Amino acid sequence: MIMACIIMSGNLTITEKIFSRAAGRPCQAGDYVLADIDRAMTHDITGPLAVEGFYEIMKNQKDKKVWDPEKIVVLFDHQVPADSLNAAQNHIMLRKFVNDQGISNFYDIFQGVCHQVMPEMGHVTPGMLVVGSDSHTCAYGAIGAFATGIGSTDMAAAFALGKLWFRVPETLKFQVDGRLGDRVYSKDVILKLIGDVGADGARYQACEYGGEIVRDLDVSQRMTISNMAIEMGGKAGVIEPDRKTDDYIRQRVPEYHPDRDMKSDEGAQFSAVRKYDLSEMPPQVACPHNVDNVVDIDRVEGKKIDQVFIGSCTNGRFEDLKIAADVMGGRPVAKGVRMIVIPASRTEYMKALKAGLVEQFMNAGAMVEAPCCGPCMGGSFGLLGPGEVGLSTSNRNFKGRQGSPDAFVYLGSPATAAASAIKGCITDPRSV
Amino acid sequence: MAGRETLPGRVWKFGDDVDTDAIIPGRFLILNRPEELAKHAFEGVRPEFKDQVKPGDIIVAGENFGCGSSREHAPLALKGAGVRCVIAKSFARIFFRNSINIGVTLLECPDTDRIAEGDVLEIDEAQGIITNQTKNEIYRAKPLPEFLMDIVRSGGLIDFARKMVERMSREKTREKGREAE
Repeated sequence: MIMACIIMSGNLTITEKIFSRAAGRPCQAGDYVLADIDRAMTHDITGPLAVEGFYEIMKNQKDKKVWDPEKIVVLFDHQVPADSLNAAQNHIMLRKFVNDQGISNFYDIFQGVCHQVMPEMGHVTPGMLVVGSDSHTCAYGAIGAFATGIGSTDMAAAFALGKLWFRVPETLKFQVDGRLGDRVYSKDVILKLIGDVGADGARYQACEYGGEIVRDLDVSQRMTISNMAIEMGGKAGVIEPDRKTDDYIRQRVPEYHPDRDMKSDEGAQFSAVRKYDLSEMPPQVACPHNVDNVVDIDRVEGKKIDQVFIGSCTNGRFEDLKIAADVMGGRPVAKGVRMIVIPASRTEYMKALKAGLVEQFMNAGAMVEAPCCGPCMGGSFGLLGPGEVGLSTSNRNFKGRQGSPDAFVYLGSPATAAASAIKGCITDPRSV
Repeated sequence: MAGRETLPGRVWKFGDDVDTDAIIPGRFLILNRPEELAKHAFEGVRPEFKDQVKPGDIIVAGENFGCGSSREHAPLALKGAGVRCVIAKSFARIFFRNSINIGVTLLECPDTDRIAEGDVLEIDEAQGIITNQTKNEIYRAKPLPEFLMDIVRSGGLIDFARKMVERMSREKTREKGREAE
């Protein structure tokens, strides 16, 4: 009883509030809970194993139905259009699954990258507990959901039960104050934080981002920050919903009513609060072969590159493409450099098309592909060969991530990628 | 089972932050079978692994083993290769869940710096005791939380979930029966 009083007395993190509702009882960091899932998302890479697992769980049931077809979202984005017979077979299997189960929230090869499509199509609202069988599911923290990546077997259990076990995580709070400088963006912020705490700095914990800089960012840029929580081991990357969130959600879910209590209380317990003033921060770059190998851009300026990729769930939105096009300012891609631009979704692609960005990129000599994960997953097209150097706006630069294990991948903002594309080497976007 | 628990295994030693792209590169994710995936395990970073790994071998690493993607193909590839268990100072969260869920044994142990490539270890999973036969040393691993032991004891998450579904469907039938009365 005393415990319940303490828990209810206004000292919870946003994460503890979401789990308390989803578990149907007050809970706090460290508790193991069986929680109700609000949305479960799977895609063409991890989906087939999840479906197999689901039918394995249900093998003795006469009625082999998922717990709630309305709460499941299935998308194809990693290998689209099918780039191999194996991929085509995986797609066939998943199409049959959504058909058999009556899952209407299904996006075939044309809609875009899962982490863009989920919020964009209104499948996520603040306060939800969302799981996705993809590690960057943490992206939806940008709109105040607790969203986390799980594996295929977890997804199989979620399909069957609508519940999963969790350890309610402690929260690592990032207080990011100041005002970002010219041509410095949310990607630079998150790279800075990851470089600071390291690849396991938030392991088993929820990240929560706040402060002046985070509040000033629009939802699109917040998604970049939440998306990469996993790169420091985080289980989620939550940002307190505000008016910007409300506007974003209302355009998609008209009946949405904001809950202003969906925030961490004054007395909430954090595992640590890390404070930053990033007003003076220059653009940041993650160097091969780890995302936490982050430097100020002047340390790598002039490094020759073979390929630039602008896209992915991290930085493939219209706003990212606009920034890139503005930095390029009509100048062509440098000789010897391949530039690949992939809008994160069909919606973002259409916006770019209408704004003339696609034409600008193509006139500059870039290749603009239909929405998909592209080179980021390293299994489809746009791969790097041995010895080649790539600069990417995506989220991972592990050895072999974008093709050959002997290739080198640098990560930066769309502005840094665009400036580097026109110069042929890693270039500070403030200098072009 | 009893025999398996005491069989010694040979160590493959890795460092910190071994990521899932290192365990199984993205281009092989179109494969779903453990034995197929095993043919490409660590292909980019330890090309000799896939040919030389023997059933019962043990992977030993530093901090944050399995970081990166949520691909279950990573623990599946290790399972397919016959890897007996992974011992690390710490594991990335999703890899940890996935391994428990599919029945790959993980042991969290702070002393992995003392273990070298090629050492022969004997593992007592139940007690969390690791015996290094090569160096004649003994290390202790952290036991799993009780909640997870339930899943392990059920034989993995699939069996655990199946029991739950069956219990739920029995309860539903009983409720319907009561309503009919």
